[in-house]
Amino acid sequence: MADVKTTGAHVHGEAAHHASYLEENKGIMNWLVTYDHKRIGLMYLWSVLLMFLVGGLFALLVRLELLTPGEDLMNAETYNRVFTLHGAIMVFLFIIPAVPASLGNFVLPLMLGAKDVAFPKLNLASYYIYVVGAIMAILSIVLGGVDTGWTFYTPYSTSTAGAVTLMTLSVFVLGFSSIFTGLNFIATIHTLRAPGMSWYNLPLFVWGTYATSVIQVMATPVLGITTVLLVMERVFQVGIFDARLGGDPVLFQHFFWFYSHPAVYIMILPGMAIISELIPTFSKKTIFGYRGIAFSSIAIALVSFLVWAHHMFTSGQSPLTNAIFSFLTFLVAIPSGIKVFNWTATMYRGSISLKTPMLYAMSFLLLFTIGGLTGLFLGTLATDIHLHDTYFVVAHFHYVMMGGTVIAFIGGLFYWWPKMVGRMYSEKGGALSAILVFIGFNATFLPQFIMGSRGMPRRYFTYLDQFQPLHQFSTVGAEILGAGILVAILTLVASLRKKPDAIANPWGGSTLEWEAQSPPVTHNFVGTPVLEHAPYDYRHAKVEG
Amino acid sequence: MLPRQGSTIAGPMDDLYMFIFWLSVVFFIIIAGQVVWFGMKYRRRGPGEKTPHITHHLNLELAWSIIPLLLCIVLFFWGFDGYMKATVVPGDAMEIQVRAKRWQWEFEYPDGIRALNDLYIPVNKKIRMVMISDDVLHSFWVPEFRVKMDVLPNRYTDVWFESTIPGTYNLTCTEYCGKGHSTMRGSIKVLTPVEYEDFVKEGPPELKNMPLRELGELVYKSRGCESCHSLDGSRRDGPSWKGIFGKTEKFTDGTSAVVDENYIRESLMNPHSKIVATYEAVMPVYKGLLRDREVLGVIEYIKSLK
Ligand code: HEC
Ligand SMILES: [Cu+2]
Ligand SMILES: [Cu+2]
Repeated sequence: MADVKTTGAHVHGEAAHHASYLEENKGIMNWLVTYDHKRIGLMYLWSVLLMFLVGGLFALLVRLELLTPGEDLMNAETYNRVFTLHGAIMVFLFIIPAVPASLGNFVLPLMLGAKDVAFPKLNLASYYIYVVGAIMAILSIVLGGVDTGWTFYTPYSTSTAGAVTLMTLSVFVLGFSSIFTGLNFIATIHTLRAPGMSWYNLPLFVWGTYATSVIQVMATPVLGITTVLLVMERVFQVGIFDARLGGDPVLFQHFFWFYSHPAVYIMILPGMAIISELIPTFSKKTIFGYRGIAFSSIAIALVSFLVWAHHMFTSGQSPLTNAIFSFLTFLVAIPSGIKVFNWTATMYRGSISLKTPMLYAMSFLLLFTIGGLTGLFLGTLATDIHLHDTYFVVAHFHYVMMGGTVIAFIGGLFYWWPKMVGRMYSEKGGALSAILVFIGFNATFLPQFIMGSRGMPRRYFTYLDQFQPLHQFSTVGAEILGAGILVAILTLVASLRKKPDAIANPWGGSTLEWEAQSPPVTHNFVGTPVLEHAPYDYRHAKVEG
Repeated sequence: MLPRQGSTIAGPMDDLYMFIFWLSVVFFIIIAGQVVWFGMKYRRRGPGEKTPHITHHLNLELAWSIIPLLLCIVLFFWGFDGYMKATVVPGDAMEIQVRAKRWQWEFEYPDGIRALNDLYIPVNKKIRMVMISDDVLHSFWVPEFRVKMDVLPNRYTDVWFESTIPGTYNLTCTEYCGKGHSTMRGSIKVLTPVEYEDFVKEGPPELKNMPLRELGELVYKSRGCESCHSLDGSRRDGPSWKGIFGKTEKFTDGTSAVVDENYIRESLMNPHSKIVATYEAVMPVYKGLLRDREVLGVIEYIKSLK
């Protein structure tokens, strides 16, 4: 572990317990107006978990409806609403805020040795903006529903009935929450690092979060503009996207993906950031290729702005445009590849402890690799023509978003849980959840690659009989996956009923957050931590679990 | 994994697909193999284990940056080449107009004949589809041909293919377009040259066996006659068909004639030679646009409208 000098109090060993941030200022009102990044992080955590459950429920409904061709549970119109809500909730209300706003909020200042984020009030504001956005999204379900798909493609989205305007405005509002979090983290990382913590001594989680924040701040305004234009188009018929008024529907796709491709990296970079913490800790070995991982995050953040039109290879854009975007798409694949190789190399000759977070990290490596490799089929022009807008694409992005980000998120949650709530969870429950999730996930999405290649388009309410066996396999997989997630949540929640039993550093982690007591005091550290060694330097580690 | 190869571009595309597939399998085995193997081999046996301090290895890192980069460049060029071959339309292609609307496909052959959802084409012939949408976005996908292109409301897009095996192929819409998106299907029937000649003369086989009167009704409804001719005696741009058979018709030039088989045929083939009094010469010329049997159908249909 990093050698840390603290002034004023001891850190190692059986420290006297100070009142933690959970014990001080109890009461719901104190929580609601708190500026403490840890409390805000926890409030975010419960909120995004709630959204995850809602989005997951919609996913299960979709899978159940697809058990047989034709109408089972719902009609086509309802089905279209349900898959739209699954996508919109998972993307805008769960994955985008999940890691940065919940885990990031909690861990980032601790990792830097800071007392809080740079702008605590802005942090709380970002949370309430998120809540307002979430309420608007939920309201739009009640007030007529939305059936546009999470991509809101025009002219469908400007002509269909339902509460599209409200949902679009909700996305607009949520964007501000995302921008505020990003701004806050950038300022925090620049200004609040502990003495001795140079940029190259930053934990990789911080590098990943930094890259994410840069995209959040730079790309999200474009989403804001796009949603405003869409609302203007719907309400006032301005004619930017409407062909009958001289607009161009494909222009919307450019606007949309100009945000939403970088947003893919808003979603995956934090996942990668978590993995960069889990693997060294549970391999008890220094990270291999620190700079490679750090700079690849930055490279991804920059190149991610230049690949958006790879979502539009069949939209009628020119072959030259297609060629350029195909090429750039291959370029952005390289940094992700470097990371995967560096992570596996970190495990080489390590002392690997297969605790729950590490099981999730290993799942991540396998699933994210599949997600990345299947991206090659889609970045390649000739094969994308066949595979675009099919279940192949659905499977591909679920491998990256769910197999990547969500798995990393759950792994990170198990990793930092003792720090957050001061309690250890049942290792058996954690391992069981990791295994169920891994099996269920593959059973759900592997068949979808085959279906897509064979001719199954996405967003289909009914389908040809030939696809039924694969659809059924996938539905059963989704149920196993759902059970796995449930076991994970129950395992964590069950730990809350125990007495606090977590020591400061249960895993032998080497970054600063493990120097704080579990759970930390309101101002994080008793005294000011000073960093003397780079993170992940296990030569200085004491004997630990 | 992939559907039957029904067009000339399917083969090359599948080769590339399989190349990427095996490449991915190799990389997956390398990575997953390491993860699982390291996880077992270096599993922690007890507390206090020491690990080597390996921070980086420049050559290794360069290797796993540059080798994937080179492979990606290969994929890019191969994919681009295949894409150009699959999308640049050869000059000698037969053109078919496609109009997509919620939730059906309308086709128009070079000779003006139209068809709904079922398209008949000759085998081994290059076909270019020129596509436009009436409403929202759609996308034209024939999985077995490996072609796909979005259909837009404001701009023509095109797609071409040359089918290699006679048979029936599914056409599906792959751009979400609402309630009927998943049932916006069509079928492409690839015919041998002999069958196709037959088709051109007599129409699709299912129409061949249709009773004449029904065929006439179909023409009335699907070829736009309905917009100018009523069946109930009311006046539209053209005279109503109610009870006209056997009636004497007066013309703008003062002459008159009895409506019989020949008169009806003449009205379709050469409508402007005689203009019915009080009407204008707006009736389109259907010469070459209606098959012989369809004309007979119209005659039978008009006869039946008493
Ligand atoms: C644009 C409007 C229009 C369309 C479409 C149209 N017609 Fe006509 N049709 C006319 C008009 C006007 C006349 C009368 C003037 C004339 O004789 O040219 C007419 C006359 C006729 C007559 C002679 C009727 C009579 O009372 O003497 C026949 C038969 C006829 N049309 C058949 C058809 C058929 C069959 C179709 C569809 C395949 C068709 N028309 C489509 C406008 C149309
Ligand atoms: Cu993208
Ligand atoms: Cu459609």
